[in-house]
Amino acid sequence: MTRVIHKFTRNVPQWQPRVTPVDLKEATKEQLEALQVTPSNTKVSDYVLVLAHDVEALKARSPLFNAIMYDGGGMSRAERELGAIAASMVNRCIYCAAVHASRHAELAKSTEATDQIFTAGENAKLKSRDKAIFDFARKLSECPPQANESDVSILRAAGLTHAEILDLVLSTSLFGWANRLMHVLGDPVRKE
Amino acid sequence: MTSLACSGVATGTPAGDAALNRVNVFELTQAAEDAVLAPVDAGAWPAETRAAFAVRIAKLNRSKTLVAQYGRRPGGDGPLADPANDGTAQNMGVVVTFMDKVAAQTREVRANDITSLQAAGVSDADIVRLAELNAFLAFQIRMVAGLSLIKGDIA
Repeated sequence: MTRVIHKFTRNVPQWQPRVTPVDLKEATKEQLEALQVTPSNTKVSDYVLVLAHDVEALKARSPLFNAIMYDGGGMSRAERELGAIAASMVNRCIYCAAVHASRHAELAKSTEATDQIFTAGENAKLKSRDKAIFDFARKLSECPPQANESDVSILRAAGLTHAEILDLVLSTSLFGWANRLMHVLGDPVRKE
Repeated sequence: MTSLACSGVATGTPAGDAALNRVNVFELTQAAEDAVLAPVDAGAWPAETRAAFAVRIAKLNRSKTLVAQYGRRPGGDGPLADPANDGTAQNMGVVVTFMDKVAAQTREVRANDITSLQAAGVSDADIVRLAELNAFLAFQIRMVAGLSLIKGDIA
């Protein structure tokens, strides 16, 4: 009886760790600080409790994640999510793809783009700007990265500014990181 | 800052101006680099081993600038830095197999890749440390690759 999900979906699964999460009762002072555990806030996800095993990396990553995905200016929130989705599909991180496809649908107020992406992958029929973004992010996410100057020219022709392209590079690269934690350290499973 | 220096993005260019608006991201990336390459609590993976893996993964990604950058760290020229070395001679075969797969065939990673490490005696905390090192490098390598592509774009 397997509850593990193998297909891309916008329904956010549960994340089941493959390693034992840090036990809050045994957490160090530094771990508790990084987890922002207070007497009134003692609910911490298994994912964050797993990452607390490497508390220095966790402390460094959280502000970086927020800056890349949420800081103002540059690329729109929805388009940053598109970079995250492309990376998550290349790395087959079902959980990350679900979270960020559902956010994209909310921000774009439409499920059209993510329906297309999940159905047709690299052949998805998207508006030219979304297509340029998705293709660039997909290629940058490969190992070794496959994006080249002509992909950047396509982004420029689709109307992206330098600031937007930089943000796309950052959000896509960030999910090269996130996917290698989420997809490697746990399984996406159907909620009980 | 490693990421900006390695990308070759210069001030006064459109890409340089865009980078200036995200200077906090470059500063936070440097802090993350320090946290995974030379942490205070390194667990089972000393800084020299981490530097060798950084060079190895940069090579798998054909990132010449980061191969050179990490190669200058102590241990960066160690035997594990060579992707042709499977780590058996260093008693690191299972770890090397895991690191290569996470870096280059991420989509193929399965639960048994973690149980193999556990069976080889690697603690859960040290598994998370390996994943974070690998994951950070994936980020930085793509960030530098992407920035390198836009540095000369002055259209």
